[in-house]
Amino acid sequence: MIWNPEHECMDKAALQKLQFARLKNLVERVYTNVPFYRDTLDKMGVKPSDIRSLADIAKLPFTTKDDLRDTYPYGLLAVPQSEIVEIHMSSGTTGTPVVDAYTRRDMDDWSEGMARTLSGAGATRNDTIQNAYGYGLFTGGLGSHYGSQRIGATVIPASSGNTEKQLMLIRDFKTSIITCTPSYALYLAERARELGIDPTALGVRSGCFGAEPWSENMRKEIEKAWGLKAYDIYGLTEITGPGVAFECEAQCGMHVNEDLWYPEIIDPATGAVLPEGEKGELVITTITKEGTPLLRYRTRDITFIMKEVCGCGRTTRRIHRLFGRTDDLLIIRGVNVFPSQIEHTLIEIQGVDPNYLIIVDRSAQTHLDEAELHVEVNPEAFSDETRDMEALRNRIEAVMKSKLGINLKVKLVEPKSIERSIGKAKRVIDKRSL
Amino acid sequence: MVIQQISIFLENAAGRLAEVTRVLKDGGVNLRAIMIADTADFGILRIIVDNPDKALRILGDAQFTVKTTDVLSVTVKDSVGSLADVLALFEQNGINIEYLYAALEKIGETAVVIFKVEDLDKGLSVVKAHGLGPAATF
Repeated sequence: MIWNPEHECMDKAALQKLQFARLKNLVERVYTNVPFYRDTLDKMGVKPSDIRSLADIAKLPFTTKDDLRDTYPYGLLAVPQSEIVEIHMSSGTTGTPVVDAYTRRDMDDWSEGMARTLSGAGATRNDTIQNAYGYGLFTGGLGSHYGSQRIGATVIPASSGNTEKQLMLIRDFKTSIITCTPSYALYLAERARELGIDPTALGVRSGCFGAEPWSENMRKEIEKAWGLKAYDIYGLTEITGPGVAFECEAQCGMHVNEDLWYPEIIDPATGAVLPEGEKGELVITTITKEGTPLLRYRTRDITFIMKEVCGCGRTTRRIHRLFGRTDDLLIIRGVNVFPSQIEHTLIEIQGVDPNYLIIVDRSAQTHLDEAELHVEVNPEAFSDETRDMEALRNRIEAVMKSKLGINLKVKLVEPKSIERSIGKAKRVIDKRSL
Repeated sequence: MVIQQISIFLENAAGRLAEVTRVLKDGGVNLRAIMIADTADFGILRIIVDNPDKALRILGDAQFTVKTTDVLSVTVKDSVGSLADVLALFEQNGINIEYLYAALEKIGETAVVIFKVEDLDKGLSVVKAHGLGPAATF
């Protein structure tokens, strides 16, 4: 169902008019209230009055993750702190955390974005939504929570982890929709089967999965394991959290809530805006945000804007499932590969499970990159003969070579030996000191 | 005779073999034959035990990857050339051997050798026809 037909099914011209009005207002606000943006715009010789059409957005500066780190914690605040009602933060595993500060209205937009997202997966007030995203500074947990409440569904704030309790809650409260990371959805199903519970008999009919890159084949695995429909959702702390874009029942690209978060695709090398249909880096401008508004934030996520209008009735533009992030990109001996491509390829091979770990190192002797792919052996594929197992290993290596053009050394490891994650799965260990 | 062998997938990681034997010990399962096939990255442990059903269950509970395979147990005289005679017999009858290993069992002057053969039924008929079969009781 469509949560907000007025905005989600808006006529294109009317939507652009709204976006332009909001953009113009945003530029005036940041120019007046955020010294960081005023200085940058002054240096570029751009005044708010120069923004005369939506296309003039290209005159505005980009904002990068480093800008957010440099201004930690409150350097980009555009309102007095008394207007801020909540803050969230990225995990900071890759550096200084980045902060998102929300006013009452920002909270409202965030809840709206998530209400649309959950509705896209079929949620109504009659549903019981089990929210297994982590609660706390991470936006995934509370974002899904606020969206569920906006709809009026019954939300179970299970948070992440405590797997056996999750299964008990699903069974006892007849959870109909689950929200968590895709890797955790698979782990939950695996644990259920170990405990003698058939996940497909539990009646969960759909799930909203995000916060980490995943592949189309992983979607099939999750759907098969649970007998549910798995929806891809998109968002990031810097912008608001989850709720920025979501799949509808067509499961074909994610509708961007572009009346709130305006998307562009750029060439990551030159910064030039790319036309619809061309793959590049997603850039988002938070056109209604009050607390920490951002001009042209470089998400580092690689995707493209789909040209076709969706059959679901929404007119908002869609972005394709993410291809990876510019900073997840592994360059192994000069060949570019995203971990999600390795995952997608792996799942197509019989006898392996979608649990894997990529370890990249540089040889001290040859100074060449060496990538090792740890793959869990599926119990059904296990043979008592070493040559069968070696054939399986060689087959994986050959498929990786032919499909992705990379030489990976495959190591077969015991089932369940790769660490399971309750949040974002760690798929790559890069030991190279570059 | 045909007996059940249990195979276990082992990563080349410290302590995995010790862990298997500890699980079997705790379960009171007695080993009758043991052999490891190893590669640079992993090993496959093959064992014959007194209680295969129990071994399978407790190893599975301990999260090991296990499977069972039917193999032949063959009695071979403990004297020079006996194994050569048995292998010659297999060769004459066109029985392909995947691998073999000796059991801990020894009955009088007879040793027991475990054979994994390509064609189990054919192998068994040769063993029976030459009276090399049923001596060992595991």
